Amino acid sequence: MSAPFAKLPRWVDYGLIPVINLLVAFLVAGVVVLLVGENPFQAAGILVKGAFGKGQNIAYTLYYATNFIFTGLAVAVAFHSGLFNIGGEGQAYIAGLGVVLVALNLDAVLPWWVNFPLAIVASALLGAAWAFIPAILQAKRGSHIVITTIMFNFIAASVMVYMLVGPLKPLSSMAPQTRDFLEGAQLPRLGWLMEAIGFRVRSAPLNVSFLLALFMAWAVWVLIWRTRLGYEMRTYGFSARAARYAGIGETRIIVIAMLISGGLAGMMALNPIMGDQHHMSLDFVSGAGFVGIAVALMGRSHPAGIVPAAILFGALYQGGAELAFDMPNISRDMIVIIQGLVILFAGALEHMFRPTIQTIFATLSPRTMGVPAAKGGGA
Amino acid sequence: MAEAAIELIGINKSFGPVHANRDINLSVERGTIHGIIGENGAGKSTLMSILYGFYHADSGEIRVGGKPLAIHTPNDAIAAGIGMVHQHFMLVDNFTVIENVILGAEGEPLLKTSIARARSELQRLEREYGLEVDPDAVIEELPVGLQQRVEILKALYRGAEILILDEPTGVLTPPEADHLFRILGMLKAQGKTIVLITHKLREIMAITDTVSVMRQGTMVVTRRTAETTVEELAELMVGRRVLLRVEKGPAQPGEVKLSVRNLTVKDSRGVVMVDDVSFDVRAGEIVGIAGVAGNGQSELMEAIAGTRRAESGTVELDGRPIDVTGHADPGELRDRGLAHVPEDRHHVGLVLAFEEAENSILGYHDKPEYLGGPFLNLDAIHADARDKIAKYDIRPANDRLKTANFSGGNQQKIVLAREIEQDPGVLIVGQPTRGVDVGAIEFIHKRLIAMRDAGKAVLLVSVELDEIRSLSDRILVMFAGRVVGERGPEATEGELGLLMAGVEKREAAE
Amino acid sequence: MDALVQILDATLRVSVPLLLACLAGLYSERSGIFDIGLEGKMLAGAFAGAATAAVTGSAWLGLGGAILTAVCLALVHGFASITHRGNQIVSGVAINFIAAGSTIILGQAWFAQGGRTPSLEGPARFEAITLPGAEALRDVPLVGLIYAELISGHSILVYIAFLMVPLTWWVLYRTRFGLRLRAVGENPAAVDTAGISVTWLRYRAVIITGVLTGMAGAYLSVAQNAGFVKDMTAGKGYIALAALIFAKWRPVPAMFACLLFGFLDAASIRFQGAEWPLVGKVPVQLINALPFILTVVLLAGFIGKAIPPRAGGVPYVKER
Repeated sequence: MSAPFAKLPRWVDYGLIPVINLLVAFLVAGVVVLLVGENPFQAAGILVKGAFGKGQNIAYTLYYATNFIFTGLAVAVAFHSGLFNIGGEGQAYIAGLGVVLVALNLDAVLPWWVNFPLAIVASALLGAAWAFIPAILQAKRGSHIVITTIMFNFIAASVMVYMLVGPLKPLSSMAPQTRDFLEGAQLPRLGWLMEAIGFRVRSAPLNVSFLLALFMAWAVWVLIWRTRLGYEMRTYGFSARAARYAGIGETRIIVIAMLISGGLAGMMALNPIMGDQHHMSLDFVSGAGFVGIAVALMGRSHPAGIVPAAILFGALYQGGAELAFDMPNISRDMIVIIQGLVILFAGALEHMFRPTIQTIFATLSPRTMGVPAAKGGGA
Repeated sequence: MAEAAIELIGINKSFGPVHANRDINLSVERGTIHGIIGENGAGKSTLMSILYGFYHADSGEIRVGGKPLAIHTPNDAIAAGIGMVHQHFMLVDNFTVIENVILGAEGEPLLKTSIARARSELQRLEREYGLEVDPDAVIEELPVGLQQRVEILKALYRGAEILILDEPTGVLTPPEADHLFRILGMLKAQGKTIVLITHKLREIMAITDTVSVMRQGTMVVTRRTAETTVEELAELMVGRRVLLRVEKGPAQPGEVKLSVRNLTVKDSRGVVMVDDVSFDVRAGEIVGIAGVAGNGQSELMEAIAGTRRAESGTVELDGRPIDVTGHADPGELRDRGLAHVPEDRHHVGLVLAFEEAENSILGYHDKPEYLGGPFLNLDAIHADARDKIAKYDIRPANDRLKTANFSGGNQQKIVLAREIEQDPGVLIVGQPTRGVDVGAIEFIHKRLIAMRDAGKAVLLVSVELDEIRSLSDRILVMFAGRVVGERGPEATEGELGLLMAGVEKREAAE
Repeated sequence: MDALVQILDATLRVSVPLLLACLAGLYSERSGIFDIGLEGKMLAGAFAGAATAAVTGSAWLGLGGAILTAVCLALVHGFASITHRGNQIVSGVAINFIAAGSTIILGQAWFAQGGRTPSLEGPARFEAITLPGAEALRDVPLVGLIYAELISGHSILVYIAFLMVPLTWWVLYRTRFGLRLRAVGENPAAVDTAGISVTWLRYRAVIITGVLTGMAGAYLSVAQNAGFVKDMTAGKGYIALAALIFAKWRPVPAMFACLLFGFLDAASIRFQGAEWPLVGKVPVQLINALPFILTVVLLAGFIGKAIPPRAGGVPYVKER
């Protein structure tokens, strides 16, 4: 059996191959653009400008990235424990109830800097709770967590529709959303931060949850690589047998990993609800849970890769919105295609390019291939 | 006189650095039962896999019925009349017997006629060879002995004239094994050629006409069974190797540290792998368990170490029981002073993707000296890892290097250092020098002796007989799940080889 | 009585895409390839079907286009899962996204109608077929009504879909191909040692999946509806997967499972807002969620065990 991680230098594994995967994904996306009758290079140009051209655009990019950092971290934490959490979409959706619980009850009473921490806890708890049942079913009953989390995504959608056309909707309105929050549940914008570096930001919804996302990225790094729990999660993720040998309880790891994962996904709800719209409306998650999968795969499940990957997808979202103005044929849904392609190449086909790259490296510079692979290795 | 049904000429096969078959020559006479005997790793299975089209030989020639034949796939082998009964059955568990038999040999697109034809053919085969089995029974509901008959029927149904059986009696009870031998006899009477791969001398002597001995990838000798003895075969099987004798003083055994009583372990299929085993290990002694792989040693070790549940029996550590039949916790056992160097360092003893330092705390990662609250105390961990690297001469001396990049010997040293440096009262070690270079072997052996001299109890399991003989103060031989004999380190290879091959001497050593 | 027949009639129609997608998944998963991408293939098929039908004016060509597209996506999944031994879940998820995005983008670009395809008329759409004697028999008590309303009057794809059930049963249990297919999902090594190509067998299964999901998509956009509307599959691919698990991967129970889920769907529309004895008003969202809840309960082992094909989801690597 090959040991690919032994053969290629680290920068290739974590840098070159993901970039190649991304390039191929973009190449295929370019073909779609052609099929639509537009010029891919032109489209790319508009996209980049739309994402980074003006201060406001950058702020929007980072706003979207905030969502994807949370959901990307959620998927990554589960991946490290060998679990595929596709339920981020549903976990984030349900977490909205937690945010709303705090916001609707306390927005007139307490200031944002008290409500925010409370909402963080509430959203994380609900997101975790939504991940709990699939986790325990996998651990105790062997029920495939991928299928149960997909089912829970749909159940979440039903629950939230019920809540938003029913109990949470103010009687006076027709729209399936809660009432608007008062100041106490509105997160301050970060525009001033960017204006301090000279960008004009206007009304972009970039808010403090972005800082929370960055903090959680750091916290996840600490958890996975600097704590005992993270060590146990990684052990189990690499080898369930080695984990058993090391006395690491399987059920415990599965449940804890999914709870953390669900909690992170849940925090995503803070950004659109408290940071932007100041109410909860239908489908505020709008696919962020799934983008998280692409982000985690692209970022190789490491926060240092997830944040840039999230920003990339944020740029795609924001640039895509701009693109939709100039090229009405290419709407936001282009992002969904690229997302799918990234998942395909970074996920299912991730080893497609590796043999070619290994050969190239072997011929060009055998030395960089490093120490020869382990000898013998048993019967 | 009788022509060769199969000839293998100059077969070579390597898997990377492992030279599994070296220039093998083998000639199997038609209409005979030809045994191939050897320990695990001797290369028997590889050779047969080449014959069956699973692997391609690096060089050499295959002749069937005198004609050279290229066998690239199992289809080629089947077409040449070669059928194989695998050690791990190639059966679809939720299919019926008949469905399994016709799989791949259906004959036409619709099953109705295939099954009808198979039914009548099966009846004929059953009558002729005594392979009675209900054609409509579902495989997973059949006992293992009957499942094996289906494997044989599969091969016969496809017109096999040459049958290869790979360690067929491993999963059979003695009466089932005897019945199998009767069937083989009937097949031979009908002119079939049979190749029997086994490590059990009893079987060789009982039914084979010719026996070939393989050892470490080479074909050592081929003899008529009638012209040889168990003693000779046993010696040829284990070989007269230069003993790596380690310098050591006499053992001074103290109190009983590990006590095993009536331990029985079954595998996932319900087959008894460890059968009512009892023994003690005392402080200051090395007890070696010898035996050919697959006779229950692995399961024994795993049950004691808490990674596999036992069916019944008791194990006591320092006089207090381990919950071997329930929920043994390896972590708790470590706390109580039981250390375990597992047989499979790649998938159990190490996480190859981890850095060396991370592996050097595997299993002990909850110890306070490695932690600071919930956090890993990286300084302490790395300092400790570097300590061990120096002490055990682990190379390269880089505790941040991914463990997959270390050689087999150094990987094993990482595991050993980790387990030994925790100063356990009892150390269980499995295959400590498998895939390890000679220099490291000596180092590891010295360490194990040092453990023993420091008053630790060491339970050593190894398929390398000379390792057992050189290190152990007492040797227990396991065969078919039982301890079939206990000897001192002065026992000869021949003696031990006989026990390992299932032949019990009348005079039991005291 | 009338209402019952109407609901049953609606049930049949709503179940068809589920049934076709479910059977599609059956072939794939029985061969050991997990397919989460039923949704995406169905959606792509629906789009391609409606687009082709709109452009060519022929419903049958539309069906062909749908099948072709779905098969292409199925081959991508096969390539990733079989040849490259990649993670089958990831591959399926990817295909769903690619299909979701592409159908909208291409739909807007080619037809400029906000993501839908032009309305299909006449021969460009599969019309309802009145079975012989349906009108004449309508007044016969009970049987006549059932024949006239329930059985007659569906488009041809409906009949094909339900015929697929006995056909699938027959293929699976009465043909050589079916035997080998079931074997490769349980023990690919046994198939390999018997001299059969595991790869080719699995590719064929995956292609059949493409054909059936293409048909499911075509039914949605060229028969049931008069064109493609964005996201028109609305989770049906996942419900089909749920039905497949519910049916424990067998064709006839799969049909009943799909009918059950279809019934829930039809009933929820019919009884929206109605009062039930004892329970009162049942929120429509609960009914909508019922298939998914039931699947989770099944997977948890509370309604018997759902044991998937043993080799499911595991890429086949020859033992070394």
